[in-house]
Amino acid sequence: MSNQQNAKAYWKENIKYVLFLLTIWFLVSYGAGIIFKDALNTIKIGGFKLGFWFAQQGSMYVFVILIFVYVRLMNKLDKKYGYDE
Amino acid sequence: MMNSVLIEPIGVQMWTYILVGLSFSLYIGIAIWSRASSTKEFYVAGGGVSPWANGMATAADWMSAASFISMAGIISFAGYDGAVYLMGWTGGYVLLALLLAPYLRKFGKFTVPDFIGDRYYSKTARIVAVICALLVSFTYVAGQMRGVGIVFSRFLEVDITTGVIIGMLIVLFYAVLGGMKGITYTQVAQYCVLIFAFMVPAIFISIQMTGNPIPQLGFGSELSDGSGTYLLDKLDGLSTELGFAEYTEGSKSLIDVFAITLALMVGTAGLPHVIVRFFTVKRVKDARKSAGIALLLIVILYTTAPAVAVFARTNLIETVSNKPYNKVPEWFKKWETTGLITFTDKNNDGLIQYVANKEQNELVVDRDIMVLANPEIAKLPNWVIALVAAGGLAAALSTAAGLLLVISSSVSHDLIKKIINPKISDKSELIAARLSAVGAVCVAGYFGINPPGFVAAVVALAFGLAAASFFPAIVLGIFYKKMNKEGAIAGMIVGITAMLLYMLKFKFGIFDGGKTAVAGLKGDWWFGISPEGFGTIAMILNFIVSIVIMKFTKAPPKDVQEIVENIRIPSGTGEASSH
Repeated sequence: MSNQQNAKAYWKENIKYVLFLLTIWFLVSYGAGIIFKDALNTIKIGGFKLGFWFAQQGSMYVFVILIFVYVRLMNKLDKKYGYDE
Repeated sequence: MMNSVLIEPIGVQMWTYILVGLSFSLYIGIAIWSRASSTKEFYVAGGGVSPWANGMATAADWMSAASFISMAGIISFAGYDGAVYLMGWTGGYVLLALLLAPYLRKFGKFTVPDFIGDRYYSKTARIVAVICALLVSFTYVAGQMRGVGIVFSRFLEVDITTGVIIGMLIVLFYAVLGGMKGITYTQVAQYCVLIFAFMVPAIFISIQMTGNPIPQLGFGSELSDGSGTYLLDKLDGLSTELGFAEYTEGSKSLIDVFAITLALMVGTAGLPHVIVRFFTVKRVKDARKSAGIALLLIVILYTTAPAVAVFARTNLIETVSNKPYNKVPEWFKKWETTGLITFTDKNNDGLIQYVANKEQNELVVDRDIMVLANPEIAKLPNWVIALVAAGGLAAALSTAAGLLLVISSSVSHDLIKKIINPKISDKSELIAARLSAVGAVCVAGYFGINPPGFVAAVVALAFGLAAASFFPAIVLGIFYKKMNKEGAIAGMIVGITAMLLYMLKFKFGIFDGGKTAVAGLKGDWWFGISPEGFGTIAMILNFIVSIVIMKFTKAPPKDVQEIVENIRIPSGTGEASSH
């Protein structure tokens, strides 16, 4: 594979990861925390209504996890395409 | 235990002097140890900061007096609606890590206008970016200096002006001497101070109220009074009894909550003082990792804040609602003298009526008190109360320093070096950078002492502006190779102008006869979106304008397209350079 093709393939996979992770990012915050809050609020876990919990706790935990997943995925991808340093 | 009977316990005042004094000596010590000797050290700390150190510094940089002092208070009065700040100010880091930080690090320059200017091969674009960076940072820093002043005046009983001047001198010392290098390592120390100061009272109160030492779990637990009621259920009950909206429901419209959250997220990712922190690490993969570490460290405070909000709100209602005024605890009287709590006995029954109905309500509580007075309300030991003062100062100083650096590098690097006098030597540029830092501190101090009446409104504007200008320009610059200077410049100008006009109309009432008209204009909000959330619309406008204009103008030159291809590949980072 030429340099340029290699770079293109790398970029394509990167975009795929980013889109996938941003979908989850959107679903937990705007989805669970805002749009579907009322529906989720009918479910209760401990003292928390679920929609409220996503808005004030859950989405933030997921954000942190998302970045670390991205770090791992990209470190692997860098190795696969020989861009690791 | 015998000793405490014999020896007078140390008072809050003394503890404050001790803790603030100790933390300040630490910052000054670090500043002397990490002096900057070149522009590269001054702007990006030499580019060799470890991901952990950068993560801690970013977290301290990010968490300002507003996060530390005001946020929990705002949430405790807004209930569910407070989530806009929680999600908005953390979710932006996901965008930052996935869409901006790694590429900007690979690009390897010193400032955000550097990127805009080079990527869009245009001086105009650079100047627009410099103006945005200065506007955003100045409005932000004025609020920080004010925060420093308030903490000093309240805990050390000096007046606000003296407080601001003390704060200015401290920041001046380590920002001017150490530049980014000094700031980075003092911020590491400040993170430790502020997170400790925020967590200790939260943990104490969580144990008191629910028996659970983890505040994040505590506010979803049952009360420890043996009643078997969940804390949140109790607070919902208390709120509706007094006529407020149910705490866990909130009162803003869905679309507005959506728009504000998105504007804050995108604004966060577009703030120059946050972005520039990622220029300081060694490699692209370090930039990704340190974004994750920064968010982790921020989320520790941000997930605790809503718990503090619930504890404080419940405590407040239980302590004062329908209680006789002449039997209120000591802290109530103390904060009354500062004017942050006011009580007027409208129906002369000697009881405190705290209700949603404005006609009948007799108690006004400033939201900033909720964090500051929380340890006193919960009767915690004196050293914990003093610790909160040291934490608030750490939060305000670390953010102020980060912003001042952006201002000074915008002037010395983007204006003087890149536009006015490109032949300036490294040595003279360093002197220019230091002088601009001094100038910036003085201006910030002035605004701290004479705050414009609209600081809070302008801080919201800062996010809107960043969302409407930088974010689309940078994202398109990385992900859309064909984006050209015409598109980007037009987009930034339209985005910012739309944001400013909407703000002026709906926040300041400029076109309808001043601030008094603002409330009446609510019905005219576009799509029911408040000025705080309009950054979202302005950002979308920017994207649309950029792409449409680009379609009708000529493609960027070959070498610029090659730059874009190059920043997409993480290897061969090289060091941050001015060339």
